[in-house]
Amino acid sequence: MRRSRAETDSNHTKLSRRAALLGGVQLLVMGALAVRMRHLQVDQADQFRMLAEENRINIRLIPPVRGEIFDRNGMQLAKNVPSYRIVMVREDAGDFRTVMLRVADLIKLTPEKTERALQELSENSAHFLPVTIAEDVSWDAVSAISVNAPALPGVSPEVGSTRVYPRGSDFAHVVGRVGRVSTKDLEALESPDAVLRIPRFQIGKINVEAREETILRGVAGTRQVEVNATGRVMRELERREGQSGADVQLTIDARLQNYVQARLSGESAAVVILDCEKGDIIANCSAPSYDPNLFIGGIRSKDYDPLLNNKYRPLVNKTVQGAYPPGSTFKMMTAMAAIEAGIIGPDDTVYCPGYLEIGGRRFHCWKRGGHGRVDLETSLKSSCDVYYYDLALKVGIEKISAMANRFGLGIKYDLALSSVNSGLTPTKEWKLRQRGESWVIGDTVNAAIGQGFMLATPMQLAVMTARIATGREVTPRLIKSVNGIEPPVKGNEPLDMRESNLGRMRKSMHAVVNDRRGTAYRSRIIAEGMRMAGKTGTSQVRSVVVDNNEVPWEQRDHALFVCFAPYEAPKYACAVLVEHGGGGSVAAAPIARDVMLQALYEGEPPLEAYPAGDRPRIEALQRTLRDVRPEARIKKGNDQA
Amino acid sequence: MSYLEYTVKSVPTGLRKVLYLNWPLVVLLTAVAGVGFLILYSVAGGSYTPWAAPQMKRFAVGLCLMLAIGLVPIWLWRNLAGVAYGLSVILLIGVELFGEVGMGAQRWLDLGVFRLQPSELTKITLVMVLAAYYDWLPAKKISHPLWVLLPILIVLLPTLLVIKQPDLGTAILLLAAGGGLMFLAGVHWAYFATVIAAGVALLATVFQSRGTSWQMIADYQFRRIDTFLDPGSDPLNTGYHIAQSKIALGSGGWTGRGFMQGTQSRLNFLPEKHTDFVFTTLAEEFGFIGGIFLLVLYTLIIVFCVASAIMNKDRFASLLTLGIALNFFLFFAVNMSMVMGMAPVVGVPLPLVSYGGSAMLVLMLAFGLVQSAHVHRPR
Repeated sequence: MRRSRAETDSNHTKLSRRAALLGGVQLLVMGALAVRMRHLQVDQADQFRMLAEENRINIRLIPPVRGEIFDRNGMQLAKNVPSYRIVMVREDAGDFRTVMLRVADLIKLTPEKTERALQELSENSAHFLPVTIAEDVSWDAVSAISVNAPALPGVSPEVGSTRVYPRGSDFAHVVGRVGRVSTKDLEALESPDAVLRIPRFQIGKINVEAREETILRGVAGTRQVEVNATGRVMRELERREGQSGADVQLTIDARLQNYVQARLSGESAAVVILDCEKGDIIANCSAPSYDPNLFIGGIRSKDYDPLLNNKYRPLVNKTVQGAYPPGSTFKMMTAMAAIEAGIIGPDDTVYCPGYLEIGGRRFHCWKRGGHGRVDLETSLKSSCDVYYYDLALKVGIEKISAMANRFGLGIKYDLALSSVNSGLTPTKEWKLRQRGESWVIGDTVNAAIGQGFMLATPMQLAVMTARIATGREVTPRLIKSVNGIEPPVKGNEPLDMRESNLGRMRKSMHAVVNDRRGTAYRSRIIAEGMRMAGKTGTSQVRSVVVDNNEVPWEQRDHALFVCFAPYEAPKYACAVLVEHGGGGSVAAAPIARDVMLQALYEGEPPLEAYPAGDRPRIEALQRTLRDVRPEARIKKGNDQA
Repeated sequence: MSYLEYTVKSVPTGLRKVLYLNWPLVVLLTAVAGVGFLILYSVAGGSYTPWAAPQMKRFAVGLCLMLAIGLVPIWLWRNLAGVAYGLSVILLIGVELFGEVGMGAQRWLDLGVFRLQPSELTKITLVMVLAAYYDWLPAKKISHPLWVLLPILIVLLPTLLVIKQPDLGTAILLLAAGGGLMFLAGVHWAYFATVIAAGVALLATVFQSRGTSWQMIADYQFRRIDTFLDPGSDPLNTGYHIAQSKIALGSGGWTGRGFMQGTQSRLNFLPEKHTDFVFTTLAEEFGFIGGIFLLVLYTLIIVFCVASAIMNKDRFASLLTLGIALNFFLFFAVNMSMVMGMAPVVGVPLPLVSYGGSAMLVLMLAFGLVQSAHVHRPR
């Protein structure tokens, strides 16, 4: 079929026209593509370039090394030790089940742990990321894994860091402990540091570890890495080193702390010893204690339940958390309020018939027969109650509480310890506000002898004693230095009280211990220049007086003793509390003498410091204590390893 | 039926034909393929494996194929058009019955020696058969309804088979190419206006029915259409691809990050970085300049094809050349619109650049036909 040339030509013209039309449309589309390309690549380039960087750059944190904690002599109280774990990279392992079973067999993993590791391995979708298959393994296990590495593809040991408390239970109530970051910890913080979200990161949970968390933790370093779309690290772009946590030195003397803790064994008790010069807390003991190392990896309930259910409450730091009626140890405050106000002179006397009758109600002295005529010194050394009832009625509760505040009672100290209790120095206004009742005269009478509403912690009683001993506003401190830099000493200003009054008070306290008729005479120190002054206290848990030996432990009186020594130039002040221990002179004062001698002699004191009659008993006690604490025999200075 | 409607005296014979090939086109095709090798080398992290080396081999084979086909007289290809079309339809049916499933769709036919993607082949054979049809059809009958219906059926048959695979991208390309060819052949514009109007009306009706009692398709189908039209509404799947693709493109800037310096593609943020999204790597590493360069190369290929077609007085050769150029245009226009976020994501590779054997060989085969038309044009 042959077409005419004319037809072919007309067809071709039409085709060419349409081809040009379609070509034009195509050119338009290509122009649009070019415009779009320009828009994306030139106009929006900056924005997309930024997005691209965000895409590929990932910032990883390098956990900082936690600061260590030392005692005042440089003995290590909290340190970091390497901890080992075994990880497996699934994509390198090949048949990860076989490899896992081999590992379990090699390092003796329990079937439960093996099962958990297998499950984690199979659930992990990012096959190139290491999965922890065994934690806290021994060095032996690490070596076993390393030696058998050829048979264990993808398995490798990793080293981390964990906290260890070499002094065990001695410092649970001072240094505290760390633990894994919990959701609660994160919620408590307003803007939690990103480092806290690192798995296995440890955070201070209580006491110094928690209160000084920010300085101990340090600052995390960062590692900028290039990652691909699945998160695999391709290379490191930049590394910025972090800052290790600061080392913290405490004011505590670890040897003394160790002795006191051993001396308190078997009791539910608390002892605080202060250095009067700067307020350094050189011993802060609460018995019973516990081993903080148990808590670090998460405590097992078989370890935790006995601690929780113990009626002696080992988890409570009684020196600052426990507020107790101070009993007769408070009498110095009542007396100081009266004599500073000029209501009574130190030599003025009060007659004690064994009771004081106020508004038809009798308030008894502990001595039914009465003490007769008593002045300040007699009243304190024989702990006459009526003398203080009389003073309190004359001076009033407001002045007594105000005086107690000046001596550090009813005040919350800023210490690096958890749950510091402020105690209580009641006032009329306080009772109305808190109880909705008006103050009655009986309340004043009870407060005068440290009963009723009056509450103080052993720490506060030690501070009170140190302030009496020095006449300065001694303020307790626990942190001696941070990274070798000592913070300024707070307080320590003169108390602005007549020195003669304070002197009479010290003399009276001296009589309590060293006068033949003093309540603590049996706990005196006879070494020259080491003599102790103090005050016993027996605070009632119940209102009715019964023989302590006939009631259950929980209802017995608390035994208290506060003291300072040497009398002539006070160096240390101490407060002892024995929960439900009975009489202060019997249960608390002997402990105070033992620990004070230990502090004064900076180690085991010579037997000559004790009264001759006590020496055999003391010798036996020290021998038993030496067994509990072998380091007692090491001379000071040799243990700064 | 005669082979010759025109004088073939001046048509070169024997090896002299080589001199009459459309050499600028050969150079342009090689240049585009060269850009492809460069990107595939870069995407593999500076390695000839796994993509650049096989692609080079395939291009070499394709080049030989093109020249061989180009030396065969065009009238032979015209006479084979019907057979080729029939064969590709049979292959499409074969895929339906024996095809291998890859990427969630049946597209491949394993012929033992190599795996064939019949839908690629169909793009060419459809153009061939339509060109032959309109070459045969007298000009007066072109717009006659009956003679319009026939080519519509010729287009719809393979299109429906391709949709069934399912490969929506290729189906749309087939429809567009078929329609384009009918337009070029001179079918009355009223038909196109009617079809476009009807299509718009149908879509409007379907969308109008959404949420009413007479809703025409299911909700999940609507959601699929939503995602298709607006990938941003599904940021985790298609939307992710488009977002990452735009990031890679945009971060290239004017001059790009430099050869082998692209971060997005190397770090696997880009999906299909060596196939459908290969353009993003080019744009990231060579920037706007590189992108425009490739676009200009493509444009020149189209321009040379269209020029060759207009020069060619043979109706079959002219239509064939234009159809192949249109096909080629649709390929890269759809691909580039897709990676630049202007069109829905459909599986269309960047011609001659994307890694892939079937597409490359079929394209070179098509350009062989263009060469044959060019060499054997009446003078």
